[in-house]
Amino acid sequence: MDFKPCVTIRKEWDIVGARQLGRKHAKELGFGTVDQARIATAISELARNIYLYARTGTICFEVIDELDKKGLKIVAKDNGPGIRDISQVMQDGYSTSGGLGAGLPGVKRLMDFFEIRSDSEKGTEIEAIKWLR
Amino acid sequence: MPERVQKIIIENSDIIIKNWLEIVSEKRQNDYTSSISEELFQSTNREFVNMIFASLEQQGLTKDLEEFSERLVNLGWPLSYLTDGLQTFRRVVIDFVLGQTDKIDTDYFSVILDRVDSWVDPIINKLVNEYSGNWEHTVSLQRVALQELSAPLIPVMRNITIMPLIGTIDTERAKLIMENLLEGVIKHNAEVVLMDITGVPVVDTMVAHHIIQAAEAVRLIGSNCILVGIRPEIAQTIVNLGIDLGKFPTKSSLRKGFETALELTNRKIIRQKDSASAIEEMIESLDKE
Repeated sequence: MDFKPCVTIRKEWDIVGARQLGRKHAKELGFGTVDQARIATAISELARNIYLYARTGTICFEVIDELDKKGLKIVAKDNGPGIRDISQVMQDGYSTSGGLGAGLPGVKRLMDFFEIRSDSEKGTEIEAIKWLR
Repeated sequence: MPERVQKIIIENSDIIIKNWLEIVSEKRQNDYTSSISEELFQSTNREFVNMIFASLEQQGLTKDLEEFSERLVNLGWPLSYLTDGLQTFRRVVIDFVLGQTDKIDTDYFSVILDRVDSWVDPIINKLVNEYSGNWEHTVSLQRVALQELSAPLIPVMRNITIMPLIGTIDTERAKLIMENLLEGVIKHNAEVVLMDITGVPVVDTMVAHHIIQAAEAVRLIGSNCILVGIRPEIAQTIVNLGIDLGKFPTKSSLRKGFETALELTNRKIIRQKDSASAIEEMIESLDKE
């Protein structure tokens, strides 16, 4: 299986490229249509955050193959300004760009594992995993 | 001095061309042009090299060059054919001219390099420009075509219009959707607008936000917006994201939405008795007598 691990986000259309690639990987791993849609939506949110707040960044994919479970890991990384208050952005309805403010908390609900690290100097890194059931 | 170099090149053009053709054909073995027929490849090569010489003799770029590059673009040959070809040509010419003189000092060497560069570089620039210009043109045409397709509004019945959306919605398209929707509602005097998102692959918060805004704007100008074509997986992701679409009616399919739209405009579909069944009824009634 040829596995392209990363997509660079620079333009708005790169978001589409990232989620198409993510959907392809999810399909190959055997995720159902609902989970494919969840993964694609999560990638869309993460990539859009990169595009809106950090301008550039990467979305990387990783297949996790452990003894008892299999899954797809998405890593969104940027060198942007970072998130000052993580607990605030994880609240529903909080947005600094006039959006719905459902992006990050939404991703957390769409995926099974969600971790966020942010630093005003290093930027933001978000890891999210969906397990194959 | 430069004139002498030029003279050497022109006088020995046959040998240079032969060397060049050999190298290019050799290089061809393992690359992109392998799908092109041998005949076409050779004739194009010959034409290409004649073009290069023509530009040397006429001291400038010719109209033929333009036509040649245009034809290659239309044939879909890769740009690397031209750049590789010219790179090889430069090397062949320099090798040949240097081979003609016994003593090579740096001055002479740099003069030759200069002369050949000033000959080959404009051709490369010209061809690359021609190619990229052509691509830009294609991309801009496609963008226009895409824009024309992006937010169509179909008045299906008096007071009812449908906007079918297919494909990804980005910021630019979202703006167009809003504009067309509002304009169309006024123009067609629509009471109900059905927004069909069957063909939208992903509904994330941004898309949902734009849909909500558009629906709200439609409501402000006094019409109803019904969101239709919500596939089960999209419904689940919308719920997961925690997006509230409760402010306006939603339906799973266009058919159901259309029925609701008819109800809202105080109409309904009734089946007309067709003539065949009418005759049957007549016969039945005759039988009874």
